[in-house]
Amino acid sequence: MLKTLLKATVFASTLALASGAFHSAAFAEMVYNRGSAAEPETVDPHKTSTVYEAHVLRDLFEGLVMQDAKADLIPGAAESWTISDDGKTYTFKLRKDAAWSDGSPLTAEDFVYSFRRLEDPATGAEYASMLYPIVKAEDVNKGKAKPEEIGVKAVDPQTLEVKLNAPTPYFLEMLTHQAAYPVNKASIEKLGAEWIKPGKLISNGAYTLAEWVPNDHLKMVKNPKFHDAANVKVDVVNFIPTEDRSSAMKRFEAGEMDSYDDLPTEQLPDLQKKFGDQIRVAPYLGTYYYAIKTDKKPWDNVELRNAISEAIDRDFLAEKVWNNSMFPGYSMVPPGIKGYTPAMAKFAEKSQIDREDEAKKVLEKLGYGPSNPLKMEIRYNTSENHKNTAVAIQEQLKPLGIEVTLLNTDTKTHYGFLEQKGSYDVARAAWIADYQDPETFLGITRKDSGNNYSSYNSPKFEEAMNKAAAAGGNPEERMKLLTEAERVMIDEVGNIPLLYYSYHNIVSPKLHGFEDNVMDVHPSRFISKDQ
Amino acid sequence: MLIYVFRRLLTAIPTLFVIVTLAFFLIRVAPGGPFNQERGLSPEIKANLEAQFGLNDPLWKQYLNYLNNLLHGSFGPSYNLPDFTVGELFWKGLPISIQLGASALILALILGSILGVTAALNQNKGGDYAVIAVATAGSTIPTFVIAPLIQLVFGLSWKLLPIGGWGDGALLNKIGPVLTLALPQIAIVARLMRGSMIESLRSHHIRTARALGLSDWSVVVKHALRGALLPIVSYAGPAAAALLTGSIVVETIFSIPGVGRYFVDAALNRDYTLVMGTVVVIAIFTIIFNLIVDVLYAVVDPRVRYD
Repeated sequence: MLKTLLKATVFASTLALASGAFHSAAFAEMVYNRGSAAEPETVDPHKTSTVYEAHVLRDLFEGLVMQDAKADLIPGAAESWTISDDGKTYTFKLRKDAAWSDGSPLTAEDFVYSFRRLEDPATGAEYASMLYPIVKAEDVNKGKAKPEEIGVKAVDPQTLEVKLNAPTPYFLEMLTHQAAYPVNKASIEKLGAEWIKPGKLISNGAYTLAEWVPNDHLKMVKNPKFHDAANVKVDVVNFIPTEDRSSAMKRFEAGEMDSYDDLPTEQLPDLQKKFGDQIRVAPYLGTYYYAIKTDKKPWDNVELRNAISEAIDRDFLAEKVWNNSMFPGYSMVPPGIKGYTPAMAKFAEKSQIDREDEAKKVLEKLGYGPSNPLKMEIRYNTSENHKNTAVAIQEQLKPLGIEVTLLNTDTKTHYGFLEQKGSYDVARAAWIADYQDPETFLGITRKDSGNNYSSYNSPKFEEAMNKAAAAGGNPEERMKLLTEAERVMIDEVGNIPLLYYSYHNIVSPKLHGFEDNVMDVHPSRFISKDQ
Repeated sequence: MLIYVFRRLLTAIPTLFVIVTLAFFLIRVAPGGPFNQERGLSPEIKANLEAQFGLNDPLWKQYLNYLNNLLHGSFGPSYNLPDFTVGELFWKGLPISIQLGASALILALILGSILGVTAALNQNKGGDYAVIAVATAGSTIPTFVIAPLIQLVFGLSWKLLPIGGWGDGALLNKIGPVLTLALPQIAIVARLMRGSMIESLRSHHIRTARALGLSDWSVVVKHALRGALLPIVSYAGPAAAALLTGSIVVETIFSIPGVGRYFVDAALNRDYTLVMGTVVVIAIFTIIFNLIVDVLYAVVDPRVRYD
């Protein structure tokens, strides 16, 4: 009796196991475990401030236009658009099957509401400036106009009309930014601050938010109401923040993550040996630079600024300090923006020895030498690599008789000090592109920009930038004028560009559709995974 | 005894008030603010953000508002994770930190005591030296070395444990973090226990007990151990408060969503409300555990009375 029972149990459990196996083979969910170096701060597109939530929001929402796996512009919620001859009116036709995840239709009115909400001062949107090209948007955001006055109109449920202050060739690129994604009015009005909670968040992208445990995971599941759901292969995306980069490498190796968006760069050569082409290092639109106080003596002297910039050995920084996870940089705008040729510092092509000699001559001419050394302080925010960079530069400038001292503060102190235009000599800073256009890099050195830490104020540069802006209707001409503007800024050394960022990811060979691109944009909807 | 506990809890209120006040103003003295970052904000946008969090009010008003909210049980929204209130973050993270910390503490108390007693009973013999060696190693190797070692050996090489993550509280995910938290504690408890046990074994009442012909077991467990526990109890209180409120190293390396990392991250991010939340939580834990220690004293040592 016992034996029969035992046999029956074994049979039943084998059957159960076998059917389970069959089940998992046939209907297995495709789960993409996406490692990330930091926690997204919010899932409200209007409160966004970091690239970490950009990755999440890109999966949850769909703007009028979007980026594909190569970061090229593609239609999003709008299937087509026309631009008026004067370049100031954009008319978007929304796709008829555009819908929210609760099944309600997505209309032009939703975009009107969202754009107003982004600019409304009460929202407190960090990226409100993304839509400043729109008529009255900046005024609204600065409390000088009512949100209803912004130049966005729903002509009919499928037609959205956007009026700009001036022709803005990069406006469509700006619209790919997460701040321009639509939010669901009905749920915000009904749920208030609760609208962004998992299970409640109504979005219009390829995925919906299922779970979010801060510092553990953020789970998104495929949205069946998405217009292109038939082509979305990954069923579940788990965003896994892992701050400790070494742990992340182990988690990747153990298969707990399929990709990770950062690397412990100090281990880069070893990692490349171990993981081969799973390590992806490619150009990324970001510039690592030193701001130099152009309105303070002696740094108000262009020749002196140029001599210092010239003497810095960027190849050494890139190779020895950053293990080639950065590239030597001689312009503010990194290479990689279509149609744009960055203006490189004139000494870029010369050998390091020649450059040092030239710099030395300039310093001597200006009366600096062993008896009268030039003193310079470099401020940097806490990071091992920022420290090593500053120390290397300190050593490189020593033979020129420049006495460099270093001052390290934490990130908030550092940028708080720069923002308040504190008195310093040279300070570390960086800029990552918000959209693919030189404007994003050159705009930060304009005299009124909050990011103009150098207090660079050059009438020649301002004039060149204004000229480029006026040529907005002619993209080719505009790009040429922008290069000319950058040439002015580089020759006058408004900032000292040092390195271009690279994007460095580790990607499992099981993943397909994870393409290298200068924006480090990898929408999950274009990715698939071998089971 | 109850009156004593009640009185102690009452005195905790002014203590907490002083701590909250000090912390509130100290964090504001730190340069920079929550919205200073690599990508600078225009003054208008920053003003909008500050208005949203009430940071544009004068500091004394912000302080009164904060106290008022605190009295109503609200810690306010986190600046850095605006989708969550500080209360929600603790609600999610604290149980996780408590689970790990409590497991580590219990493990440390039991294993540490056993090791300590064994060492004391074998004073200056092989067993004693072995325990001292292990204890010294355990308390000198930092957790940021132990944790990656555990990941390498048990996770990558033997594939017994996951490398990191909470895994919704799966047992396997807890082993690495608990071991890392417990190892140094085991070492400390063992050394404390050894010392106090040796002392206790030499005391008069133990000699009397032996003279009366009591069995070894009875002498050690019933009489010597009880007296030797006092230093352990006074150590365990603050240790518990520290362990239960999480560890930044363990949580960062094992990717555990506890509250330990908020202490450091919040301060670095100038996330004022989260900093205040952590201060209040740690203060409450410390006050409570010190009280528990004092009560336990009376339980363990009949000579201690609070009435």
